[in-house]
Amino acid sequence: MIKAVMVMNTQGKTRLAKFYEYLPVEKQQELLRGVFAVLCSRAENVSNFIDAESIFGPDSRLVYKHFATLYFVFVFDSSENELAVLDLIQVFVETLDRCFKNVCELDVVFNYSKVHTILDEMIFGGQVVETSSSEIMKAVEEISKLEAASNAITLIPKSASGWRSR
Amino acid sequence: MGSQGGFYQSKEFLDLVKSIGEARSKAEEDRIVLGEIETLKRRISDPDIPKRKMKEYIIRLVYVEMLGHDASFGYIHAVKMTHDDSLLVKRTGYLAVTLFLNEDHDLIILIVNTIQKDLKSDNYLVVCTALNAVCKLINEETIPALLPLVVDLLAHPKEAVRKKAIMALHRFYQKSPSSVSHLVSNFRKRLCDNDPGVMGATLCPLFELITIDVNSYKDLVMSFVSILKQVTERRLPKAYDYHQMPAPFIQIKLLKILALLGSGDKQASENMYTVVGDIFRKCDSSSNIGNAVLYECICCVSSIYPNPKLLESAADAISRFLKSDSHNLKYMGIDALGRLIKISPEIAEQHQLAVIDCLEDPDDTLKRKTFELLYKMTKSTNVEVIVDRMIDYMISINDNHYKTEIASRCVELAEQFAPSNQWFIQTMNKVFAHAGDLVNTKVAHNLMRLIAEGFGEEDDTADSQLRSSAVESYLHILGEPKLPSVFLQVICWVLGEYGTADGRYSASYITGKLCDVAEAYSDDETVKAYAVTALMKIYAIEIAAGRKVDMLPECQALMEEFLASHSTDLQQRAYELQAVIGLDAHAVESIMPSDASCEDIEVDKALSFLNGYIQDSIEKGAQPYIPESERSGMLNISNFRNQDHHEASSHGLRFEAYELPKQTVQSRIPPASLASTELVPVSEPMYVRESYQTTIVPSASSDAGSTELKLRLDGVQKKWGRQTHSPATSTSSSTSQKTVNGITQVDGSNTSNSRTRETYDSRKQHVEVTPEKQKLAASLFGGSSKSEKKPATGHKIPKPSSHVVEKSHARKSSMEIASEKKASFQQPPDLLDFGEPTVKSAAPSVDPFKELEGLLEPTTQVASDENHGSTAAAATKSPDIMGLYTETHAGTYDKDDSDILSGLSNPPVTNMFGGTTSMQVAQSSKGPNLKDALEKDALVRQMGVTPTSPNPNLFKDLFG
Repeated sequence: MIKAVMVMNTQGKTRLAKFYEYLPVEKQQELLRGVFAVLCSRAENVSNFIDAESIFGPDSRLVYKHFATLYFVFVFDSSENELAVLDLIQVFVETLDRCFKNVCELDVVFNYSKVHTILDEMIFGGQVVETSSSEIMKAVEEISKLEAASNAITLIPKSASGWRSR
Repeated sequence: MGSQGGFYQSKEFLDLVKSIGEARSKAEEDRIVLGEIETLKRRISDPDIPKRKMKEYIIRLVYVEMLGHDASFGYIHAVKMTHDDSLLVKRTGYLAVTLFLNEDHDLIILIVNTIQKDLKSDNYLVVCTALNAVCKLINEETIPALLPLVVDLLAHPKEAVRKKAIMALHRFYQKSPSSVSHLVSNFRKRLCDNDPGVMGATLCPLFELITIDVNSYKDLVMSFVSILKQVTERRLPKAYDYHQMPAPFIQIKLLKILALLGSGDKQASENMYTVVGDIFRKCDSSSNIGNAVLYECICCVSSIYPNPKLLESAADAISRFLKSDSHNLKYMGIDALGRLIKISPEIAEQHQLAVIDCLEDPDDTLKRKTFELLYKMTKSTNVEVIVDRMIDYMISINDNHYKTEIASRCVELAEQFAPSNQWFIQTMNKVFAHAGDLVNTKVAHNLMRLIAEGFGEEDDTADSQLRSSAVESYLHILGEPKLPSVFLQVICWVLGEYGTADGRYSASYITGKLCDVAEAYSDDETVKAYAVTALMKIYAIEIAAGRKVDMLPECQALMEEFLASHSTDLQQRAYELQAVIGLDAHAVESIMPSDASCEDIEVDKALSFLNGYIQDSIEKGAQPYIPESERSGMLNISNFRNQDHHEASSHGLRFEAYELPKQTVQSRIPPASLASTELVPVSEPMYVRESYQTTIVPSASSDAGSTELKLRLDGVQKKWGRQTHSPATSTSSSTSQKTVNGITQVDGSNTSNSRTRETYDSRKQHVEVTPEKQKLAASLFGGSSKSEKKPATGHKIPKPSSHVVEKSHARKSSMEIASEKKASFQQPPDLLDFGEPTVKSAAPSVDPFKELEGLLEPTTQVASDENHGSTAAAATKSPDIMGLYTETHAGTYDKDDSDILSGLSNPPVTNMFGGTTSMQVAQSSKGPNLKDALEKDALVRQMGVTPTSPNPNLFKDLFG
């Protein structure tokens, strides 16, 4: 299963952190710092995989990908395939890009909840449920539409049910 | 742009992010965040803030907590938000709650009811949101409250809901297997779901269930095989394609499952051969995801009952991985090699140079993986080289975790395969000297025992030689300044036992050294204690031998000090020493017999020698002893635990309405099923091992147990000193023979043609291979015959790899004749493509390597031309990624979403060249967006969020 998803910028500021097993805040910070320390020490032309056992304990692997100012990091165990997770990161970023049109770091910061929505559509309880960025987009758009509807007409409740399943 | 307030959430939040971005130090950031927390605390408790505002506050809280600050004061507000009717607010509430709370938090009780309600909602999005929360927030105690609702959702008309319900059920299973064990059949049922997505999701829980208990799922082998077949034959909807691969993620999961099911099961494996072979043939090895599937195939092949043809395909795929320029693929190749050599050890030889390149690669991850491979292929013929390499690497790294691991591996290998006692002692010395504080003390104890017991051979002289060489080297090492405590303990012990045994060193010399140790490390009491005891042994031996004991003055001073030590342990040892010295030879002989550390000491656990005393006491009226377990509640432990379990489930919170008194039935299930799941893992490895004894094929899964890091002394005695070199030498000699015979066959086949092209780059490297490297290769892989051959072939180092080709080809063709199978297998389609001119079509048969090469060459040129600074670094890094995605782009232009993909695939190019030409391309292809991007760029600069990045601060570079 996937243990954690992190997005941090090249200066070590966390932009998104999602742990699929509960960890206290201090521990999360420690792990984020640990990951960043490893990431900065990596040369440019090396593999995208890191042996993460010293940070996350036994049976954990880490795959990261560097886009412009951001590192996308997925931590997972032996039930996943490293190369496939690398593509999963790609799907995630593609989806972000579709969603925000030329996604940049600030999009991730300000649309925090939306990024979480996208991630939730992809990874559910630590398991990968969806790997097609167009499917994810469809789901996210539907949610946005409904949210907008329910937000705009909060004075007339229940009208949102008109949107319900087709 | 998002519908929820768009880019700007609010001025305040914007300012917060900005000021944090500009913070020069962690302290400043903390100050800003603390200020924000104060603001939020004040605002959030205001009873009548509008919902929209509240939503933003909660998001800000989440942000604050992500930065590592306590936001617990707002948790209750997040919980409140989940009760809201508006989907937007509700979702925000759920998001915050899943990020804030853990399953055992007190506030969960307040949410369970809401989740129950939301799971019944008509709006499937609400249901999905609630299911998401279920995964994170429900613990063993609350599962019964939601279980029936989740099970109902398995039949929901929306596939998104079914999918998530499966996952939620899987999560329940992970948290408390007993609570859902009666529902496991649901997973099987869902495997036949109409929607492939739901089927794919079901594979996750099934994979886990099968990992735990293989045998109960053997009946599904045919189903999995047929699903995999359908997937590879593109029977799934187009939407599941990813980079032209049909549902690769599902393929990977299926292959993982098949690997488990086919492990050691010939019958099951036979059903899989065809489909796995198909995937090998069809797999597009030019894309990342294609390689992921290929890698999974190799894993599967090395796990199931071996099939020669598949093994050959796997070996082919591995060689492609290893020859790739991508570090990722090399990594996977090394890993795959490690799996395959358990079945066909000779394959390692074919890739010796590639492996050595990986060993010297600057990439640490790759290096470690390679060491893991070496560890797996260590034999008595190459142990010296491998362990030496490992120790060198161990010395060079700082990561304590990995240092520990590699140290214990060195020890393990040294114990199993050491060619000589001398070498063994020296190796252990090196390991202890450099990682002594990190290795388990058990390792030290094992070393002492090994030295004491010898290596199980009858030959006593060998043992005493070992001991005296140990003593010699330790006396030498003691001259070094700072030694780890554990190592000193070993040294003291060995000097005490055997320091004077061979008569080379006098007692006073050894005791002097021991006193030095105790003085030099005066703050380490354990070492001092070892030293005192060692002194006592030396003196005891001297006394027993009838010699007169003269205590050195410094030793006497030391004893005085210890007699008054604060440590009672040291004190006692010092007093004992004093007492022993005062005794006569006979008494000393019997209390401290020499070289008797291995003698068993009989311990009378029943304390039978006290029987008489007890009898007397009872006769005098004392109470007889009652064992502790019978004393208090007359409950034995297991009984108590059961009770506890019942108690917990019946007194816990009840979430069901009172009319459904099912509770007792459910609470009775757990103990029984718990026991059954506990039993399974114990019996499973036994099963595996048994089946392998009959098939005599080592496999990945069965070996997992033996690679544990602990030392196993029992095995050591048997293996010690025995030369197990036969497989290595025999295979290597046969290879070279084949080479001679097969020269004429070299050029005939497409296989070798394609190889020349794809190894173009690696071959260049091979030419520069130094004699040192060859030697290393020979000592690692070949044994002696190989190393003699090497110099003769001179500069033609690529030869070994072409040997491989010939060899495999020869074997292939002979097999072809024998089995009269179709030629299609012999020449996989992707290899055939190399011979033809490049086909520029949307078909998957685009010559992948040619394209890659075309892309790579300009890249490196540009890099070398303008290089210097970061661009060059980027250039050298990017080829793989760029190649992969640009390739994808080229292949996928018929898809409707190609513009996005091209947007994705262009960027690395731009990024890398930093030149103007490709920038123009990007601009022309995505003109209107540029303005967008520039605006963002301006904003970013103004905000100072990412001021020092080498690239412009945008994803613009990446996304066009």
